[in-house]
Amino acid sequence: MKKTRLLPVILVTLAAGAIMLAACADRTADQPDAPALNRALSTDPESLDPQKSRSVQAADVLRDIGEGLVAYDAAGELVPGTAKSWEMSEDGLTHTFRIRPDARWSNGEPVTAADFVFGLRRLVDPATAAFYAAELGNVVNAADIVAGKRSPDELGVTASDDHTLVISLVRPTPYLLSLLTHPSTFPVHRGSVRQHGDAFARAGNLVSNGAYVLADWEPGAIIELHRNRLYWNDAETSVDVVRHHIVAQEMAEFNRYRAGELHFTSTVPPENFEQIRAEYGDELHVAPTLGVYYYGFNMTKPPFRDSPELRQALSMAIDREVLVEAITGRGEAPAYSWVPPGIHNYEPVRLSYAELSQQERNAIAQSLYRKAGYGKDNPLRFELRYNTSDTQQRIALAVQAMWREVLGAEAHIVNVEFQVLLDQMRERAATQAFRSSWFGDYNDANTFLAIMQGDSAANMPGYSNPEYDDLMRSAGEQVDLDRRRLYLEEAERVFLADHAVIPLYFYVSKHLVKPDVEGWQDNILDYHYSQHLSLGAAEQDGRP
Amino acid sequence: MLRYTLRRLLGAIPTLFLVIVLAFLLVHAAPGGPFDDERALPAEIEANIAAAYHLDEPLPMQFLRYIGGVVRGNFGPSYSYRDYTVSELIGRSFPVSVQLGALAMLLATVVGVSAGIVAALKNNSPLDKVVMAFAMTGISVPVFVVAPLLVLLFAVKLQWLPASWTGSEGGSRLLLPVLALALPQIAYVARLTRASLIEVLSSDFIRTARAQGLGTLAIVRYHALKPAMLPVLSYMGPAVAAVLTGSVVVEEIFGIPGLGQLFVRASLNRDYTLVLGVVIFYAALIVLLNLLVDLLYGAVDPRIRRR
Repeated sequence: MKKTRLLPVILVTLAAGAIMLAACADRTADQPDAPALNRALSTDPESLDPQKSRSVQAADVLRDIGEGLVAYDAAGELVPGTAKSWEMSEDGLTHTFRIRPDARWSNGEPVTAADFVFGLRRLVDPATAAFYAAELGNVVNAADIVAGKRSPDELGVTASDDHTLVISLVRPTPYLLSLLTHPSTFPVHRGSVRQHGDAFARAGNLVSNGAYVLADWEPGAIIELHRNRLYWNDAETSVDVVRHHIVAQEMAEFNRYRAGELHFTSTVPPENFEQIRAEYGDELHVAPTLGVYYYGFNMTKPPFRDSPELRQALSMAIDREVLVEAITGRGEAPAYSWVPPGIHNYEPVRLSYAELSQQERNAIAQSLYRKAGYGKDNPLRFELRYNTSDTQQRIALAVQAMWREVLGAEAHIVNVEFQVLLDQMRERAATQAFRSSWFGDYNDANTFLAIMQGDSAANMPGYSNPEYDDLMRSAGEQVDLDRRRLYLEEAERVFLADHAVIPLYFYVSKHLVKPDVEGWQDNILDYHYSQHLSLGAAEQDGRP
Repeated sequence: MLRYTLRRLLGAIPTLFLVIVLAFLLVHAAPGGPFDDERALPAEIEANIAAAYHLDEPLPMQFLRYIGGVVRGNFGPSYSYRDYTVSELIGRSFPVSVQLGALAMLLATVVGVSAGIVAALKNNSPLDKVVMAFAMTGISVPVFVVAPLLVLLFAVKLQWLPASWTGSEGGSRLLLPVLALALPQIAYVARLTRASLIEVLSSDFIRTARAQGLGTLAIVRYHALKPAMLPVLSYMGPAVAAVLTGSVVVEEIFGIPGLGQLFVRASLNRDYTLVLGVVIFYAALIVLLNLLVDLLYGAVDPRIRRR
């Protein structure tokens, strides 16, 4: 140590660095050169176990690697999945599904009705702790099993033979088929659950029944899927390798798309949206979806609990056209109903004032505001809470200004972290008004209306109206779809008249799609199965 | 030396325990839970999930359960990656961050020291001014500005390099992130080297060496550089810390599956076990790094070793 020579030390470290670089470069060698579809997820799935998964991102991947009894086509219409056909009894309580005899697991074993029974029992079993366990609430004994009062074996789902599955319901459920497209109802390969336990859904262990199999998952970076040659409809699959890239930032995603690393994006950054529209023209896809952005009132505490006039005044004073044009600006539709337009077999009811001009609305809002006991000398002061985000803040600032200008009401806007807002909305102590949103789980008005029932956990405002709950209960008993629709529409009318929430706008899906992606169709569910997509000739020679 | 090292390591145990206690209390004090969502769950389901993850137990119980696991080397299952354990996630992401950080540090040292030497030798020349102007810019412009600019130039416009980690399988995917991470450190190291070398070059023993007829390069190499490197060496600790925190931003922008990104997402998701696991891991790492720097310091400067 007498003479430390810095130069050799530096050279050795440099060499080590170079070796590290070379080592990672080597990984290119074992990568298949098959044509790959590169798509994006905004976060990692929390799990690829169909029953334990929860997020939209997990569902995106699971729809590629698994398949339920029913599926969607590229346009978002229901089509047979692993079941080739089904029938319903006259009372709407018994559904019989015929499983395709050629349906295979990725290890070659046949997919049987028993695999579905296993998956559905697993879904309601308290030990699984599945997030979507309540979705099956209308199936015989499901609610009791979830509550731990019955054993999962008693679920009203039986396999009468290898290819016949019978689902028994306690009340008609017109949206049952939509539910059965959801990944939480996918079958599970019994052998691999027995063999690997909790680890069965990992790459290398996961045996699946969809168009692709899980090849690799590098958390935070990428999920790679390879074509499942044993899938019953493999002849229709075109792309051999699908890569779901994890891209957290919208801007980073846009840059990756521009650099040619993604075939389509999961969203489009709000900045410079007009410029993107001008520059990318046909590559930009904007379509309505099943999602509503709303402001809710805390219905359990003053000042909003006992003052429908006040709630209506605040609702009417917001110029939604300005919000969607000047603030969100990505093709969103102003919301005058709770259920989004375009939902299956339903005509959304519109707010009573929807047909008035904004001036007329403002005039009525002002008189309602005065009627509620507020005025120039005695302005309403309250807090509006939203979760920290640029768009959220801009909307809150605009609405705050509209309330001040039209009514003179003083809204103090408070931004909190998303998890904090969730907590506060549910406690209903700190919140007075808050921002939230709701996305439909299936293509039926029930997915929006059910959450506002008095006992629903997702009822953030704490809305409770016996008339509404009765209408919803009656709707749930109808077999006749048209009669059911009338009950649901009446329920929405009651809900809107109470102004427990202010629907602001309906979300749209926004994607940039490369011209060589074929088979893409915009749809209201915003589902894009990789098996429906193919790549143009230019893409067939490897990386884009 | 061995005894010193052992003593330092044993002394770290209470520190780590304190870190665990504080971190445990803090993550549980943060509002919101790991399974909260806009799609709130019915009470029975919430209860089932809480039971499955022992979140229904009183906090002291949960703490004992957790500490018991940690002692046995089990950091529990992650909540936001339900198919993985915390140890696996750290084990996968840490090497990625190390690779990124080590290359950035290497680049920072080599380029920073060279630039600093040049600037010091050409003190007050136009070259010195240019190098220092560059260094000032490097320090002032934050990583979250530099990184997207690099992407825009090299990946989007020129299309020479991938815009992200998964955009290529080769080593080229490291170039932009390493550069973005290293730039501010290059600047710091260059300024430190320059200042320190100028000071050393004006001291008596250098004058003596000069009087003996040694050339400038020889003086720098055999006499001046070693003492001049001391401030740079002691900056290495903070530099590693800066690279670690900077890597959070860089990993997010380039989509690199490193520890920084994992930590940020875990905190936002209230993934208690993952946050705690990473905190403990970082704490242990910092204790070790501090020790390493102290030992290295002793190796370079005998005056400190003999203390």
